[in-house]
Amino acid sequence: MTTEATEIHGIGHSVKRKEDGRLIRGKGTFIDDMQLPGMLYMSILRSPFAHATINGIDTSRAQAVTGVVAVVTGELMAQHNLAWMPTMSGDTQAVLATDKVRFQGQEVAAVIAEDPYIAKDAVELIDVDYDALGVVVSPQQALASDAPVIRDEKEGQSDNHIYHWESGDAEATDRAFAQADRVVSLDTFYPRSHPAPLETCGCIADVNSATGQTTIYMTSQAPHAIRTVFALVTGLPEENIRIVSPDLGGGFGNKVPVYPGYVVATAASLLLGRPVKWIEDRSENLISTGFARDFHMHGELALKDDGTMLGLRTSLLADEGAFHADAQPSKLKVGLYHVVTGSYDMPAAHVAADGYYTNKAPGGVAYRCSFRVTEASYMIERLVQNAAYELGMDPADLRKKNFIRPEQFPYETPTGLVYDSGDYRGAMDLALETIGYDELRKEQARKRADGKLWGIGIASFTEAVGAGPHKDYDILGLKMNDGAELRIHPTGKGILKISSITQGQGHETTFAQIVAEEIGIQPEDIKVQHGDTDNTPYGLGTYASRSTPTVGAATAMVSRRVIEKARKIAAHLLEVSEEDVEFTRPTFSVKGAPDKAVTIQDVAFAAYTNFPDGMESGLEASYYYDPPNLTFPFGTYAVAVEVDPDTGVWDVKRMVAVDDCGVRINPMIVEGQIHGGLTEGYAIAAMQQITFDEAGNCIGSTFIDYLLPTAMETPRFELGETVTPSPHHPIGAKGVGESATVGSPAAYVNAVIDALWPLGVRNIDMPLTSAKVWEAIEAAKAPA
Amino acid sequence: MEISVTVNGGARTADVEPRMLLAHVIREEFGLTGTHVGCDTTSCGACTVLLDGSPVKSCTMFGVQADGREVTTVEGLADAAGLHPVQAAFQEEHGLQCGFCTPGMMLVGSALLERNPDPSDDDIRWAISGNLCRCTGYMNIVKAIQAAAKTKAEAAQAAAASA
Repeated sequence: MTTEATEIHGIGHSVKRKEDGRLIRGKGTFIDDMQLPGMLYMSILRSPFAHATINGIDTSRAQAVTGVVAVVTGELMAQHNLAWMPTMSGDTQAVLATDKVRFQGQEVAAVIAEDPYIAKDAVELIDVDYDALGVVVSPQQALASDAPVIRDEKEGQSDNHIYHWESGDAEATDRAFAQADRVVSLDTFYPRSHPAPLETCGCIADVNSATGQTTIYMTSQAPHAIRTVFALVTGLPEENIRIVSPDLGGGFGNKVPVYPGYVVATAASLLLGRPVKWIEDRSENLISTGFARDFHMHGELALKDDGTMLGLRTSLLADEGAFHADAQPSKLKVGLYHVVTGSYDMPAAHVAADGYYTNKAPGGVAYRCSFRVTEASYMIERLVQNAAYELGMDPADLRKKNFIRPEQFPYETPTGLVYDSGDYRGAMDLALETIGYDELRKEQARKRADGKLWGIGIASFTEAVGAGPHKDYDILGLKMNDGAELRIHPTGKGILKISSITQGQGHETTFAQIVAEEIGIQPEDIKVQHGDTDNTPYGLGTYASRSTPTVGAATAMVSRRVIEKARKIAAHLLEVSEEDVEFTRPTFSVKGAPDKAVTIQDVAFAAYTNFPDGMESGLEASYYYDPPNLTFPFGTYAVAVEVDPDTGVWDVKRMVAVDDCGVRINPMIVEGQIHGGLTEGYAIAAMQQITFDEAGNCIGSTFIDYLLPTAMETPRFELGETVTPSPHHPIGAKGVGESATVGSPAAYVNAVIDALWPLGVRNIDMPLTSAKVWEAIEAAKAPA
Repeated sequence: MEISVTVNGGARTADVEPRMLLAHVIREEFGLTGTHVGCDTTSCGACTVLLDGSPVKSCTMFGVQADGREVTTVEGLADAAGLHPVQAAFQEEHGLQCGFCTPGMMLVGSALLERNPDPSDDDIRWAISGNLCRCTGYMNIVKAIQAAAKTKAEAAQAAAASA
């Protein structure tokens, strides 16, 4: 019963994506592509003011428009106890404003109509009587003693302070600094950015008035967690709530939170007994949904004159917007920022952070980032370069001197993270060799002699991803563990149901490859189901590079459970004891008699047709994975730029990215993820920023003002890899979707600063627009 | 207003409000949801279709302006013989991730190859510069369009040889 040996397309194969078949034909199903019978359309009225009391709302003109079915206000929501909802950070957020508005773009009312055009028309006819209040647009303004109190509705909230949070050992760090020959410091602002997936957020809420069954089709990266939150918020029984995430047009963290539009659409469907569709337009997406970063950062690095790092001290002012709605583990107020010691061995570190309310949109999301590791990576990699120059060392040499060495793993950092594995020197050597670092430095010297501004920047980042172990990681109490179910059908094909969902990462392909690797059924024969809470196991969702570390592990483990049972059935078929059965995928054979064998497909058929007495029929299992630790991907990025001194325009001449994400499941997909991450890193370094004027008007509310890189600006990337498996992950993988967004901004900025260092330029806050670079050059040239 | 449009080779009519955008006519009236809307400012290109063979952003045209003209959407790229070379190449070269920008990118790519059968990297980047992608970093999109150019050239050569 042996089959001819066919190569199994498991781990390490660049299998073409299963998702593509529908997407290249225009047959994907994105939220706005769905139509339900009798469906109504919702449009939201948003506040033009950043801070204002609401004296009254007159909906009569809107109600009178033909085709308008209902107008919903905060007052109506309050009657159902739904005017406010909990946030992911345990704060509250207004669903529809009742007392006052707290940021420009805040949801004030909603029109439900027979047609989307009519809904938008009617929104214009709602009259709101506002009284403008004083506005706070930065944490520095927020902490002033005379600042207007934004959250005056909260009992005991007399100012704008939200939290103070510390990590590390302050005293040990003070002692380290006392021994330093030199302290290098950096003050920089990591600006507010927006993930801006190309598809905006939206939903279709469909409440069956007869049964109470509530199905919400939603652009969600975390459907299971959202189902639970909906049950808690609305009081609806959780078994009657089904969240379905269809194809997602990108997410990057923007589609993690619960937005007021989802809640209003659901309430409207409940009240009206018809499905209600709500799709944001782009401006709504940019002005009201989850932003990222907005950190004012101070960092100090203590060193010996020989370059030995002694300690790191950093303090942060976090701009949280009007409602504290960060999507991150509940114990960690600034996420995993305490990974800030990066790739370096140093005995002491201390992080202090304070979060403030401002009159800006809420929802600090991990934009292609594992909970603030991006800000941390930026801080340490900028500090290290500046320190190198102040010590008169080459930045590569200073890094090499202080890297955590391979034999030091597992390595406990001074802030208590335990890095699983790493070979930082290996990744850096490959990056420097690829870019021709020594030759580039010589070329730079020649260019400088000719009066040209050339720069080389490096970032050797370490990320902390894959949250996480249940004792430390939860969101609203829900432990960050994830599940997988695998069912093999009689014909030897199967279905894998996973808790996380793809937003373009290719889960339908890579997770089938993990099954293929483990049990020997080809990936094309394993259907991967995801995104539907009625039909997949529980889990916390896809963000923070956690799918592979958690669900990837669950998939490997559930496959091994299936093999355990398959082995018993194989023993029955081969008429030997289980101990005498060997499995070399896809074949079970008798030890010492390899010709006596059955395949996994034979076993699958037998599981339903010829199984031993006393055994349950079928071949399936489920597994919930509790990671023993986070995983710690790393790498070195090296960038060469030329800066035009007359315009401030900087061009990326070379961009080399060496990533070590452990074992690569599908190299093609991994490289695609890195390309995308490097592009978003470039975007953040060069152009993306959501800004506000002093009245709290959002500047950056369209793609005309909020600049995203096109193919023209985007650099060409050269990729390299090293592979250091995670020792605790079942297949040695670490996750990769965000490494490049985390690591690359510092590399680009370091390159520009490197070019301008001889002029005396020490810092330019991102984004490094040509205007800002030009101003920095001019300021440096001006006599002191 | 009553409009008649040739959509992917077939005659279609619709009764639309004069203000209805072409993107919405295509999606809502003709039921072709492969044309996506990603912004409201003609910036992202997800809604790109071919109008009489040339790429246009269908969110920036009224449906009535398409009256009497030919529209090609992503659903019209493949023919009875199978996928358009650009479609096949996008899959082969991993030119898409979430797939939201992909219809627009492929239509621009296919139009480019009609007028320039052998485009350089820069030619392609310029051609797709009105289309935003948030996932791929464009590298594999460029590769895919180049690969499609090669496929088309080889097919033309083979056809010439057998003629």
